[in-house]
Amino acid sequence: MIRERLSGNEAVATAMKQINPDVVAAFPITPSTEVPQYFSRFVANGQVDTEFVPVESEHSAISACVGSQAAGARTMTATSSCGLALMHEILYIASSSRLPITISVVNRALSGPININADHSDSMGARDAGWIQLYSENNQEAYDNLIQIVRINEHKDVMLPGMVCQDGFITSHAVENIELLEDEIVKTFVGEYEPEHYLLNPNETISIGPYDSSNFYIEHKRQQAEAVKNAKRVVMEIGKEFEALSGRSYGYFEEYRLDDAEVAVVIMGSAAGTAKETADRLRAQGIKAGVLKLRMFRPFPGEEIAGALSHLKAIAIMDRAESFSNMGGPVFAEVKAAMYDLETRPKMIDYIYGLGGRDVRVESIKTVFDALQEIVKTDETGDVYRYLDVRE
Amino acid sequence: MKKNNQNVTWKEILPGGTVWSPGNSEEFITGDWRTERPVMDWDKCKQCLLCAPVCPDCSIPVEGKKRLEFDYDHCKGCGICVNVCPFDAIKMVKEGK
Repeated sequence: MIRERLSGNEAVATAMKQINPDVVAAFPITPSTEVPQYFSRFVANGQVDTEFVPVESEHSAISACVGSQAAGARTMTATSSCGLALMHEILYIASSSRLPITISVVNRALSGPININADHSDSMGARDAGWIQLYSENNQEAYDNLIQIVRINEHKDVMLPGMVCQDGFITSHAVENIELLEDEIVKTFVGEYEPEHYLLNPNETISIGPYDSSNFYIEHKRQQAEAVKNAKRVVMEIGKEFEALSGRSYGYFEEYRLDDAEVAVVIMGSAAGTAKETADRLRAQGIKAGVLKLRMFRPFPGEEIAGALSHLKAIAIMDRAESFSNMGGPVFAEVKAAMYDLETRPKMIDYIYGLGGRDVRVESIKTVFDALQEIVKTDETGDVYRYLDVRE
Repeated sequence: MKKNNQNVTWKEILPGGTVWSPGNSEEFITGDWRTERPVMDWDKCKQCLLCAPVCPDCSIPVEGKKRLEFDYDHCKGCGICVNVCPFDAIKMVKEGK
């Protein structure tokens, strides 16, 4: 174990260095992150064996990744915000072609109005693309998740691409203490990428990405859905394996003071820390507050979440992205759908919060818990679709 | 190599649509959206072979200087062969009849 202090971007670049992928193809300037910048330094210094391909756009970056992974090379890229949006078309090619590419995503707002700060609208726009999505609260989790997702993606029952998300600037640029694994341990943990079928195999000639007529397309989608289902099991297995190695526990979500809680917030990303601090302060005042921090959004662990939240009286689901459905954000839609099958369910409200990097303070989350207590007291849910800290 | 099977289930279909062998487009049945099919009247056919080279889908196989039955797996039913035949030996028939 190595004690360090790194920004989220440095942490992810360090994980990539230790994974030592065969190919990294990335767009080198904004809206890209510092991750390819740090990584290209490792390449220039001969610290990795990776072929680094600087390309002219994110559409090209992910296209190069598709070609490279199909050729049989372990491939990674990194992007953010509009960069991920520009990849959108090819994200579907990667997942449907069952290519286990890894993307490090720094979550930042999509324009417009033009904004570069923390916001989940970029990866939420990619939520139906068939990628595994893990969200990180801090730089330690961004590092740990990146090492784990390579194994998850490449598992023979999965073979899907995956993205590890962390919050722009709050996590990506803030320097925090971190515990790194030794290079050799990471190398052993991730192992070699050994695909069954790949383009550069001299013993087998294959074609990747052919036209799929209406007589086959839906069978392929059903098969892809099964891989996503399998990913759920594999995420847990790899999490246990990683815990044995690092002492750090990873599942679908973290339950914080939830056991005897009456009110709770469901939240993803860096603001989970603020929510936990808020719960601590409320607990000190005798209020039974808890937090469910979601780590895995795709696949969505619906049954497990319903199980973890069923005993609560009222829940606020926090969305750092608008979906303009007029029904709340994407996390709310999923959690609420998951809770529907319960015999009796807590009252649920949604808060859109922190868009475009709006600061989320303990005082902000306190108002959410206040609203939940009011719902419990009055037994009236009121408006389910709310905004946090917006000037009225 | 698994052969292209029109009734393949989602459990058996090749992952990602990847094709595990080269030069196999012949196995891909593309004639399934034909609405009319050409039908031969072999009594009228003089084996002049004017039809075979005009078929845009190479669906009139020729062997030993004689044309054979249509390749209905790939024929789209365009009817060019009907137009070019000087002996009225080919007729278009609605599919399903």
